[in-house]
Amino acid sequence: MTARDKEFNTDRDTLIRRLRNILPAHCLLCDEEDLRPYECDGLTAFRELPLAVCLPENEGQVIDVLRTCHQLGVPVVARGAGTGLSGGAMPHAQGVVLSLARFNRILQVDRDSRTAIVQPGVRNLAVSEAAAPYGLYYAPDPSSQIACTLGGNVAENSGGVHCLKYGLTVHNVLRIRVVSIEGEVFEIGSAAPDSPGYDLLALMIGSEGLLGVVTEVTVKLVPKPELAQVVMASFDDVSKAGDAVAAIIAAGIIPAGLEMMDKPATAAVEPFVKAGYDLSAEAILLCESDGTPEEVAEEIAHVTEVLTRAGARDLRVSQSEAERLKFWAGRKAAFPAVGRITPDYYCMDGTIPRKRLAEMLAAIAQMEQKYGLRCANVFHAGDGNLHPLIMYDASKPGDWERAEAFGAEILELSVALGGSITGEHGVGIEKINQMCVQYATPELEAFRRVKAAFDEAGLLNPGKAIPSLHRCAEYGRMHVHHGEVKFPELERF
Amino acid sequence: MTLEQIVDAVRTAHDSHTPLRIRGAGSKDFYGGVLAGQVLDVAGHRGIVAYEPTELYLTAKAGTPLVEIEAALAEQGQMLAFEPPHFAGATLGGCVAAGLSGPRRMQAGAVRDFVLGAKLVDGTGQVLNFGGQVMKNVAGYDVSRLLAGSMGTLGVLAEVTLKVLPKPVAETTLVFACDEGEALRSLNAWGGQPLPVSASFWHEGQLWLRLSGAAAAVAAARRTLGGIVAVDPEKHWISVREQTHPAFAGSVLWRLAVPTTAPSPGLDGLRAIEWGGGLRWYAGEHEAIRGAAARAGGHATLYRAPESLRCREDAFTPLSPALLALHRRLKKAFDPKGILNPGRLYAEF
Repeated sequence: MTARDKEFNTDRDTLIRRLRNILPAHCLLCDEEDLRPYECDGLTAFRELPLAVCLPENEGQVIDVLRTCHQLGVPVVARGAGTGLSGGAMPHAQGVVLSLARFNRILQVDRDSRTAIVQPGVRNLAVSEAAAPYGLYYAPDPSSQIACTLGGNVAENSGGVHCLKYGLTVHNVLRIRVVSIEGEVFEIGSAAPDSPGYDLLALMIGSEGLLGVVTEVTVKLVPKPELAQVVMASFDDVSKAGDAVAAIIAAGIIPAGLEMMDKPATAAVEPFVKAGYDLSAEAILLCESDGTPEEVAEEIAHVTEVLTRAGARDLRVSQSEAERLKFWAGRKAAFPAVGRITPDYYCMDGTIPRKRLAEMLAAIAQMEQKYGLRCANVFHAGDGNLHPLIMYDASKPGDWERAEAFGAEILELSVALGGSITGEHGVGIEKINQMCVQYATPELEAFRRVKAAFDEAGLLNPGKAIPSLHRCAEYGRMHVHHGEVKFPELERF
Repeated sequence: MTLEQIVDAVRTAHDSHTPLRIRGAGSKDFYGGVLAGQVLDVAGHRGIVAYEPTELYLTAKAGTPLVEIEAALAEQGQMLAFEPPHFAGATLGGCVAAGLSGPRRMQAGAVRDFVLGAKLVDGTGQVLNFGGQVMKNVAGYDVSRLLAGSMGTLGVLAEVTLKVLPKPVAETTLVFACDEGEALRSLNAWGGQPLPVSASFWHEGQLWLRLSGAAAAVAAARRTLGGIVAVDPEKHWISVREQTHPAFAGSVLWRLAVPTTAPSPGLDGLRAIEWGGGLRWYAGEHEAIRGAAARAGGHATLYRAPESLRCREDAFTPLSPALLALHRRLKKAFDPKGILNPGRLYAEF
């Protein structure tokens, strides 16, 4: 990190003394060996030790911690399970980590109103498990759902493989209870279909812990479909697979899930999970249909017809729940499978208009040559969210730097193709520089004014998500310096 | 009308501290706080900018009439799934600014759920672009969704990108005879089952239920639910969306948004129930209605009323002091001089 953001100078002893006054001993960690597990989140390439970790057990303690940090001018980084992939929960060296891990109770599951009230440290999957006896579930299913928490989902606006049909976190959260950095409690949203005033819920969801700390979440539960079936199609050309995705949408079908994997990705997962993927195919598509048995039969027939017309060379429809899960197992295991064939990998998260997919994959193939690193691609094809997995070896000097530059180029190309640098992982610390590519100065200034409306002193998760203009100016210079100009399509001399 | 003309008008107003009243078709002049300020007519800033059916988005200038947008979508078998009211020629900008959704809201989502991006002119005359044209985008705060329902107080909407969806293959409407309590019980029971219910409307002992989706799913649900199949239901749902149905008649109309399971608040003048029980309409003047709505876990909006009543009663439920202060700070972040639609959301800003 070359560009400096706002500087903080915390008096560690005063901070710890004040925190000891408000938290019981078992709720406060200050020794280096206790702090070590908190030094990074799922993005392990970025690490920092905080001065202290607070593990409050009730909202009163959250309020006290925030008030204290506000009075002392100390940065606060809220943390759930720490599964995030953009370094959003990476601690601040001069600050406190506020872990919501002990807010792990499901307060209510209401069958009649199809809602659940949960604390922010509750795991995503635990919500669906609690709702299952009523035939209901919580729709957003990020791949980390076994571990990631609702508080983190709210902070990142998490998606999952079913969000084209069922929406993101922002579409499935009805209400949050939030504590401001000044220790003030806000109720935002409600179990009613809307609320008076600005839609603060939309603003808070995906704000990466920069605007407030969530202490309670009300989510919408939806009836579990009676049946789900998946079609697996293989293609001998990635652009044909991309066109097939467009053809499905053009046919008026919104599948429950629509995923693509390229050849390097299937090659990595097949030995691992034995899902039966066609290893000679350039790309495979998984298209899921859910609903009543009649509805699924109708949709699967339609999808099969569209995919055949789009040039799929092989098609298989899951004939049982076990087979459906087997088809999915490979896609869901893509990250760990790639982790088995390379010492390290770096997962990107750009979104692009679906029709630019072939172009993007061709560019990534060229970048593999340029940076001398391999890349496997998995793609939430239905909503244009691409996860290239760049393989590198952190123990080799220069490998990480090349992986990082490779990733940055993918993100910047995503913006150039009309997309975004992040579809669901968030900006965090990882993509802070690419924010300068996606947004111009006036928008970044507007974001900073929004931040100031909630947190004038800039203490909540500083240095993340929204870059300072100073950082952007420096990044612009750095860019030219490294010869990676913003318009690679232009001839250079 | 060009974007530059809008920018010029806002800059001039900003420099001279002149309040502006942003106007598309004026179809929702009745809604929200009392109108004030010099009219900034943006209806001339119109036209579809981009429409990609297979990417599921449409971008249009804010003055584009919804009817034009929906016609373009219909050609490709698509729709605005939140089914917004048109009233008299509503524009895209007004639709997003007012944030009003129609009968399909409980199945498909509200306006804000479909906003992907927006270009707006803030209160200093600066052009800002938020969001984009892709389904998933978590870079930066989601300001474009925040604009839905902001009543034009944060900026002049110049262009909006919406997610669009395919029209359902099959649609059927069933009618049941039942009282208010029975209607609420049935609606909540059906809501908990995987049924393709896309709209509901109860009025004076009759419950209308629309089913939309795959032909097989609609047929199966019809067999499960019973009821009488309505003839020419299209007209009925348009009259609900446009509020030309007699249920919405009367000079004073309250809109209550409550949890679907909220029991009847025991007020006189119930005119209609929509959105699976989440939206309830009451006619007449009510002293206690805001308290009743709050006790039910929701809020009451003075939706339509004569000028005399609108002058003494807020349109929207008053905010807590802490939330009001936050709203003021946000307003200031986008409109430091407070010139855009002052008082249209709350009298305080």
